[in-house]
This record gives sequence, structure tokens and C-alpha cells, in this order.
Amino acid sequence: MTQQVHNPATGFRFALVIGAVVLVSLVLVWRAVDLHVFRKDFLQNQGDARYLRIVPISAHRGMITDRHGEPLAISTPVDSVWVQPADFSEAHQAWPKLARLLQLDLAQLQRKVLARKDREFVYLKRHISPQLAEKVMALGIPGVNLQREYQRYYPAGEVMAHVVGFTDVDDQGQEGLELAYNDWLQGVAGSQRVLKDRLGRVVRYVEQIARPEPGKDLVLSLDQRLQYLAYRELKRAVQQHKARSGSVVVLDVQTGEVLAMVNQPAYNPNNRGQFKGGQTRNRAVTDVFEPGSTVKPFTVTAALESGKFRPTSMIDTAPGRFNIGKAVVRDARNYGRISVATVIKKSSNVGASKIALALPDAALWNVFTRVGFGLTTGSGFPGEAGGLLSHARHWRDIEKATLAFGYGLSVTPLQLTRAYSGLAADGIMRPVSFLRVDEPVQGKRVMPARIARLIRPMLEAVIHDGGTGTRARVTGYSVSGKTGTVKKATAGGYSDDRYIAVFAGFAPASRPRLAMVVTINEPRGKEYYGGQVAAPVFARIMAGALRALNIPPDTAPDTSLKRVALANPVEVTP
Amino acid sequence: MLIGVLTLLVLASALGVVYAKQRSRTLFVQLNELQQRRDAMNVEWGQLQLELSTWATHSRIEHTARQRLHMVSVDFDQVVIVQP
Repeated sequence: MTQQVHNPATGFRFALVIGAVVLVSLVLVWRAVDLHVFRKDFLQNQGDARYLRIVPISAHRGMITDRHGEPLAISTPVDSVWVQPADFSEAHQAWPKLARLLQLDLAQLQRKVLARKDREFVYLKRHISPQLAEKVMALGIPGVNLQREYQRYYPAGEVMAHVVGFTDVDDQGQEGLELAYNDWLQGVAGSQRVLKDRLGRVVRYVEQIARPEPGKDLVLSLDQRLQYLAYRELKRAVQQHKARSGSVVVLDVQTGEVLAMVNQPAYNPNNRGQFKGGQTRNRAVTDVFEPGSTVKPFTVTAALESGKFRPTSMIDTAPGRFNIGKAVVRDARNYGRISVATVIKKSSNVGASKIALALPDAALWNVFTRVGFGLTTGSGFPGEAGGLLSHARHWRDIEKATLAFGYGLSVTPLQLTRAYSGLAADGIMRPVSFLRVDEPVQGKRVMPARIARLIRPMLEAVIHDGGTGTRARVTGYSVSGKTGTVKKATAGGYSDDRYIAVFAGFAPASRPRLAMVVTINEPRGKEYYGGQVAAPVFARIMAGALRALNIPPDTAPDTSLKRVALANPVEVTP
Repeated sequence: MLIGVLTLLVLASALGVVYAKQRSRTLFVQLNELQQRRDAMNVEWGQLQLELSTWATHSRIEHTARQRLHMVSVDFDQVVIVQP
């Protein structure tokens, strides 16, 4: 057994080694503490930044339906392909395959990606079908990713285009009700944290940061059946008369709901990028025109309100011309001495002018303002025009006279329809609504019920023999209405060969339910009178609409209509 | 003694954390699977709805009714009103 020798030198070396080991471990411990405690946040962030990603979860936009729940605008999921240029450019041998699949130009794709080399996110192609997206992902190209988005589809196409409007590629409303109710329809995108590998593939979903909130559905007041009917008839009339444009508005008299609103020319909202200027405009609310003879019922309203006239008061319109200063007001022919009611039936401009000149200055302006001329209807439709009605203070005699037969002011088809709905509802005008109204709405009285009831028979006479609107007749139903043939204002006066044919009215006359205005802009055929061009369109749409809405016929039993009473209650066998 | 109890408690809570973490992961995976199924169903629903509305276009129905089924709208002299 060897004796261990105590050597001071050995003792010193031992202590040195121990000391060195302890020092090194202390340094290591310090480093560990430093990394884990003092620099943890920084390092964790750096680490996360390399593989944790926050990706959006898109929320779909609410559906738009008609009043019966028929879909008018639906969002369907589609995928958009995007790339991370850094990873993607390493895999350029796979580019031709991808370009072929996505039908992109290879050179263009190269330029696009290279120009954005330092970006994190570049769209390659947006809105492709989920089937195609699956094929793209099957290629397994690094840096290629999908993003779920929603594309808007409009099943009703052209028929509803102007009212519903459309959205852009980012699902933001651009026109029509899509724009007006964008906030309501729009979903709020959520976000989630995911773990990604070096090639940008999602390895694991870590957590949901914000839950996506889908947009809310919107139920419109429109009735697709009436809308289609109006669309078909208007399109036919515009083509037949080679007109420049046209509009139809149908309002529910009791609720103020817009049941149908169509315009020509129309466009297909599913086919973005083919829109031409003017096609997308909802002319029924954005375009104004001088309403012409269709305002005469309101002139007569002012006359009856003043107490100076009664429906039977006689007015001398001979010789069919009337000089006011240098200007001349003309009738189609000399009607002689006629009653106020006949002024409406024959649409006498001279009669209307003489009535207006006999009234106090503000009388006409008062009635016109009350029925909503010169003010927007408050429907909230984007781009709605308010029309023009200058204040009574500025009127000279000739202006008063021309206003009485509808020149010197301008209205939209929607405003005119609304004014007629006021006549139809015994003087109560209700707010215009593009959304379905389920509860009774408070209207505003714009004229005494007594006067509205006096005017309605006058408008019914327009449709009877000898009136200007006989072609607006609907078999089985009584109709009230007024024709208008408006000369278009051009530079330096009124045109002699450019007209707007208008028909405004409501039915059934005994208990009005629907008010409608038809305008046909610049018919270029032989016929151009409101009674020839617009009235037949009115009749056809009204006939179909009354039937579709199950409104019972109201004409006197002397027509060919057969009525039977049920002798015994029908027995139903179980 | 106290230290022994605390150690046991710490150990138990550590195991609890492990269990909760594991459970949350399985649930999250399940949630994701269900969400994917829901999305797939939504896709299908949207497509079916579009298909439905394409078949049910008014112009198509009108065309079929008039041309193929030879249907006509009722003339007014054929109408009999039944009074309740």
C-alpha cells in the first residue's frame, strides 16, 4: 500500500482545478439565468417570429334575400392563392406547372414575384374554386398558401342588379344596397395563431385570437315575382320603342315598401369588369326628369285645397292656346269650356295653367313640397337624387303656369311613385323602404283624405274612353293613373323630337294597393306618347302583379267576370 | 413534514397542468376537425343554393311552362270568383 504523500504543490493544483470548474459552472449558470430570465422576452419573440404566424379567418358576408326569402346575393367560399416570395423563389422549377394550373402568364408571374421579393405576402390569383385550390396545394410548392375568401354571387342577375348592387373583389359594397348596408352585411374577420414550418406550411393551429363574426342577412322589400315581371315588360318595351333607357317603380301603398324597381339598360353583376358607364346606375332613384302632365293631379289638389275650385268648376281653355307674356301654353287641341276633372282626363295644359294662375303664389309649391318633390325620399339608397323645386318666391307667372303641367321642376321616378302612393292612400304618404316592413308604419298626412278621394275618380276617368290612358286598362280591375309625354330639355329650349313617355298610377282604384310609375326615355319609334308607350307597360305589369299578390278583382259585375257564392261550406274529408 | 406535503401538492399541480394541456390539445384538434367539416358543409350548402336558384330562375320556369308544358295564363273570362 503506497503512502499518500501530502505535497503542498499538489494541494494547490487541486484547489486551482476545483476553482476553475466552479467558475466555469458559475458562468454557465449565469448565462442560463441571463437567457431564461433577463432576455427571455426578446428571445421568445424572436423565436415566435420565426415560426408563429397570425393568419386571418375570413368571415362571410350576409345573404340578401327578397321578401319571401329567395336569395338575391350569396357569398360562396373561394380560395385565393398567395405566396411568400422568399420561399417561393427557391422553387422556381415548379413555377411553370403552377402558372399553367392557374392560367397565368409565366413571365408575368416571374416579374410579379421578383418585384416583391422582400414582401411577406403576394397574391398570385384571387377567387379560384375550392377544387382548383386543392390541385394547387397538391403540387406541394414551398411558400404557396391559400386564403379562404368569399365571392359574391347574384342568382337573379340582371333582374335585381340595380337595387342590390354589387361588391368588389375585397367583398366591400360598391353600388346599391350592397353599399348602403355594407356595415350590416359585412362580417368581421377573425384571426388565429398558427405554427408554420420553414416552408410556410401550417403545422399546428395554436389558438384562436378573435372569433370571426359572419355578416347579418338582409331581407329586402322587393318581390322577385313582381321584379321579374317588371324587368321583362320594361325590357320588351324599351327594345320595341328603341328607347334610350327606362325605369319602373312599384310601391306598396299601405307600407311604403318598394316591391319592384327595374331599369334599362341593365347589367349582369356576376360578370365584373364588363360594366359600362351608365349601366350600373339605378336610374329610378338617381336620375331626374321633368314629370310633365303627371303632376296635374297635384295641381288640382292645390286647387281643391284653396276652396276656389270644385271638381265640377268650369274652366275655359278655348282656343287651346294661352298667352302668358311672350310665352304660349298649348293644348293638343281646343277643348273649349271643360271642368277641372276634364282637365285631368284630357290633360289640358291651358286648363292647368289657368288653375295655377288663379291660386296664391305658395299654394302649388306647398302641395308639391308636401308630396316630396325637391327632397330625397329618405330611402337611404346611395346616390339618390332629390330633384329640383325652386321656392315660390322666385316664381313668375309663366313659371307658375309651366309648373302646373310639370315643367320647371324635376323628380325621380321613385319620388313620383311615392307622391302617387300618397294620393292612393287617402293622403297618407309613408316612408319609402327597401327593407321588408313587418309592422304598420306611421305615415304623414300630405293632403286631406277628402281631396284625395275627389281626385281618384278623375284619375280613373283617364283610363276610361276619351281619356289619354286607355291602354293602361287591366281586365277585371279598376285603374287610376295619369299619362305624361315630356319634351326633353336641351340646350336653348325644349326638344321637339325627344320625349320621355311616363305613366303614373295605382290599382285597384276602389281600394288602392300598388302605386307604379313607368318612364321610357326617348322612344325612337313612331309612338312616343305616355299613353302609347308607357301605359301598356303599366297595364301588363299591374295585371301580373295584382294576380301574383292575390288581390281580388274589383270591377263591376257587368263585366264578363263570373261570381259564385258557395252554397254549402266545402266539406273536407280527412 | 410541511415540505413533504408541499412537494406532493406541487407535483400534483404539475401533473394537473400536463393533463390540462394535453386535454386542451385534443379538444383543439377536435374543434379544428369539426370546423373544417362545417366549412365543407357550408361550401356545399352555398353551391346547392346557387344550383337551386339557377334552376328556379323565373325566366327558365316561364320558358319551360310556356314552351314545353304548353301552359298559358288564365284569360279573365275563364275566371270564376268564389265568394266566401
